Amino acid sequence: MGAFVGMVIVFVIFAMFGFSRNFLSIAGFANWMNFASTVGIIAIPVAFLMIAGELDISTGAVLPASAMMLGISVNHYDLPMWLGIIMTFSMAASVGLVNGLLVTRTQVPSFIVTLATLFAVGGLTLALSDFLINNTNVSLQSPDWAKALFGTRYFGFRSAVYWWIGLIVVFWFFLHKSPWGNWVFAVGGDPESARNAGIPVNKLKIWLFILCSVCTALAGMCQVIQFNSAQSATFFNMIFFTIIASVVGGVLLNGGFGSVAGVVFGTMTLGIVQQGINYTDIDRNLSLLIIGVMLLIAVLMNGTFQKLATSWSSSKKED
Amino acid sequence: MSDTQNVLELRNVDKSFGPIDVLHKISLSVKAGEVLCLLGDNGAGKSTLIKTMAGVHAPTRGEILMDGKPVSFSGPKVAQEAGIACVHQFGGTFPLMSIGRSFFAGVEPTKGWGPFKVFDREKANEIAVREVRNFGITRIEDGDRLVGGLSGGERQSLAIARAVYFGARVLILDEPTAALGVKQSAHVLRIVNEAKRRGLAVIFITHQVMHAMAVGDHFAVLIRGSIAADFRKGDRTREEIADLMAGGESMIDLEASIEG
Repeated sequence: MGAFVGMVIVFVIFAMFGFSRNFLSIAGFANWMNFASTVGIIAIPVAFLMIAGELDISTGAVLPASAMMLGISVNHYDLPMWLGIIMTFSMAASVGLVNGLLVTRTQVPSFIVTLATLFAVGGLTLALSDFLINNTNVSLQSPDWAKALFGTRYFGFRSAVYWWIGLIVVFWFFLHKSPWGNWVFAVGGDPESARNAGIPVNKLKIWLFILCSVCTALAGMCQVIQFNSAQSATFFNMIFFTIIASVVGGVLLNGGFGSVAGVVFGTMTLGIVQQGINYTDIDRNLSLLIIGVMLLIAVLMNGTFQKLATSWSSSKKED
Repeated sequence: MSDTQNVLELRNVDKSFGPIDVLHKISLSVKAGEVLCLLGDNGAGKSTLIKTMAGVHAPTRGEILMDGKPVSFSGPKVAQEAGIACVHQFGGTFPLMSIGRSFFAGVEPTKGWGPFKVFDREKANEIAVREVRNFGITRIEDGDRLVGGLSGGERQSLAIARAVYFGARVLILDEPTAALGVKQSAHVLRIVNEAKRRGLAVIFITHQVMHAMAVGDHFAVLIRGSIAADFRKGDRTREEIADLMAGGESMIDLEASIEG
């Protein structure tokens, strides 16, 4: 709710400054939506983990690792595309599994665990790329079906935008309609009570970590197929983008609260400020400042909204 | 017949962690429709005893019987399925979830089929509100309200109503009134009486003698891991119980030492 209002405000302000520079054109819209889709595909499962009281920052390394793995296996080893995709998903799933197992089996906070896997996966990607193909970049020529599915444009929007929209529907159903969504909230609200209520807390967390890595792999593969090339450098910004999108979208940092719609609006706001700014008269250098201020406002507002939410019904009765 | 049989009974239960003995020869029993008050100062072994009854710890020696038959719980889940529900302070409820969702956490009612099973919000809300209202909390009428907006007493009542709805026969209440004000505590004590009226065996853990006296039928005082006294309602005065809890020293001596 708050995230939607925030996005509208940002959109209106940017539209005012960008009127003369095509911010409102399809090209302008598609530009920041394309950026937002990559973040958005990853941000929703990251938000799920945050709602469940955990954090995954290894996405910054899984993204290039997936892109490189697909590129190397298909381009360098001439494996069929479908096999490369399956292998990449499996690799990402195993990173998620390792994250999940480490977090649930040890008492180490997920921030540290995924920080470790972030660097480990990032380093491994660089080293293996160098070792296998003597290069930290790889180019990729994809077959037509893969291009059509993951890496082309429809009406100016990248395939990833459509994947994002599809995933929004699936994830919305998962979190807000299916009984599993209830588990996610319960686990983040009070893990001990959730365990007592018979919710398989650890299993759920492990699956969420796997989901997060697999979605990151999808985003990475969309990128490499779209641009026909991949770089192995760790994409640290992705960590911040996904967390910012979640928090601006109203997800509580300490878990137990959040919504898919909020994260989507948070991601779109981020897309407007980070990318749409090119289509306005606002100085590009200001985008980081705007994001910082926005994040601060969002965090402060989240507390207020939470208070409003808990007293919502009693105030309604007095009307 | 059923009201003379012990629902839960402990016979000579010992519990030690390595070389440290926490519980010695605990024998307790509670019948249906009876409130057993477990009194004890901090560190007396109350929580270990609760955990032993709730299946978290297995007793080192001795046996636990349910309905007269020896049982051994391999974990809290098994104890729960046998009908032992443990309600901790504020436990079992989630502040940022709605009453309906919180009530059914882990056992969500669904409608629809296959992968499209959806959480049945109306049904969950209706049952949750009805069950809590049956326990006398009439202020709750909207199942979409967030649990965090309820008072401490209401949350405790919600947790108890939840345990009862899901088939608890033995209700272990771990200091349900410890953090509550006078009115809120009265609230919870009423719920304890209601649970008792419905034929549940209640084990009520507290260190507030007043609260224990208000609802208890049977009292056991735990001191340094053993039962120091076991008596029925009316056998002892309030002062005697308070003295017992203070570890055998009289309250008067304690007061004197405080004043120096």
